[in-house]
Amino acid sequence: MALSLSITRRGLFALIAACSLFVATGVRAEDPYITVASTTSTEQSGLFSHLLPQFTKARGIQVRVVALGTGQALDLARRGDADVVFVHDKAAEQKFLDEGYVVQRHDVMYNDFVLIGPKDDPAKIAGSKDILEALRKIKDSRAAFVSRGDKSGTHAAELRYWKAAGVDLDAAKGPWYRDTGSGMGPALNTAAATGAYILADRGTWLSFKNRRDLHIVVEGDKRLFNQYGVMLVNPAKHPYVKKDAGQAFIDWMISPTGQQVIADYKIDGQQLFFPNAEKP
Amino acid sequence: MPEITQALIAAADLVASGDSKLLAIIVLSLRVSLGAVFIAALIGLPLGAALAVGRFAGQLPLTVVLNAFMGLPPVVVGLFVYLLLSRAGPLGPLGLLFTPAAMVIAQVVLITPIIAALSRQIVADAWHDYAEQLKSLGAGLTQSIRTLLWDTRFSLVTVLLAGLGRALAEVGAVMIVGGNIDGVTRVMTTTIALETSKGDLPLALALGFILIGLVLALNTGAFLIRQTAQRRHG
Repeated sequence: MALSLSITRRGLFALIAACSLFVATGVRAEDPYITVASTTSTEQSGLFSHLLPQFTKARGIQVRVVALGTGQALDLARRGDADVVFVHDKAAEQKFLDEGYVVQRHDVMYNDFVLIGPKDDPAKIAGSKDILEALRKIKDSRAAFVSRGDKSGTHAAELRYWKAAGVDLDAAKGPWYRDTGSGMGPALNTAAATGAYILADRGTWLSFKNRRDLHIVVEGDKRLFNQYGVMLVNPAKHPYVKKDAGQAFIDWMISPTGQQVIADYKIDGQQLFFPNAEKP
Repeated sequence: MPEITQALIAAADLVASGDSKLLAIIVLSLRVSLGAVFIAALIGLPLGAALAVGRFAGQLPLTVVLNAFMGLPPVVVGLFVYLLLSRAGPLGPLGLLFTPAAMVIAQVVLITPIIAALSRQIVADAWHDYAEQLKSLGAGLTQSIRTLLWDTRFSLVTVLLAGLGRALAEVGAVMIVGGNIDGVTRVMTTTIALETSKGDLPLALALGFILIGLVLALNTGAFLIRQTAQRRHG
């Protein structure tokens, strides 16, 4: 009995040792890396998996992307948990810059927003080139509309369009306006399941697979312009910011090489992002 | 629902192809969750046993709190650990945010109460049966705890499996403190969440099937070991 007990005990210790070894092998010396707080659109559209390996190859710096809505990404940077912010809400970015959380802002690229809607088109707006008129019609017909409601760049743009359309959202809100408080993908899933209209960035839309009977109803309005900007988190506020590596990433993104890599990214032959950094 | 058939086929394809990226994600999931169970067991088992056997002030409230904390919301734990580990937080200088270590910490917070509360119950029942005997042998508190933990080891394996199940299935906390960074902190559950947001529901479901299969395999293994050991040692 005593013998068999000790065998089991030995077995148990061996098992524990094996587990510890397995868990601990993950700990190893790390390559230099930076953390980039960015938006779901850049990650989910596949741009980063196209772009980052080329940057890493050129500069020997790994890039860890935390993909969130623009509001959350800025919040991450405000706390010093990222080195670089790469988002798409120019007004919020400018404010962030003025508050001193980042040191400089550069335009990087743009794409556009598209209004997505169900095939039966209850608000009768398909093919329109006027986003404001389309939103007014959605409100007037009380057609279902899904909002991100998460302080993301796309949500901020949506609120700007409602305002510009002269719709007082607080007064007009009803069951037709569905504030989902979710990312682009989950919000699109909701719109697809309920046959609702939704504002989306073109990148996420093109790479989105669960479309059901959703399609683009409004596109091509100049106001649907969607600018992306990149900023270095202020090292004076947050001593842990990897200033040089972060700056190297920004410099590469706005360099002719980086800009070309962005332009080269296509899904089904369609270019997703259009580089527009100022010439250095 | 053709998606389910599609997902089953996709799951089989993924497993058959031995996709190296998927393998890395599975290994990270196991590493994080097993690490968390290991640490939570080191804390939870003695704590549960001490609560069952000892007599000390605050014992009842602590027991109630542990029982209640078995239902801790992962998102809240994630947020709490995030604020702790954030550069602006008290443990910021350690630079642990968005690393597997951060995910282990969050999961330890989540599953320690489960392991402590369940093991307390099991050890308390054994204590009820053996208290007289242990006392007559002159066993002290520590000695009693060790004996009882060893005697109830087969039941305690189930407790650890409950903890492991919770850890492997959890997405809210690891998403917040890990950041779902590709190749660094992306685990099975956060990958499933990501593929769901991309609208690739069959792939998301396929990954879900693989995760369930993994948990099933782990439990089968534990069951077989337990059976063999029990047969051999009664």
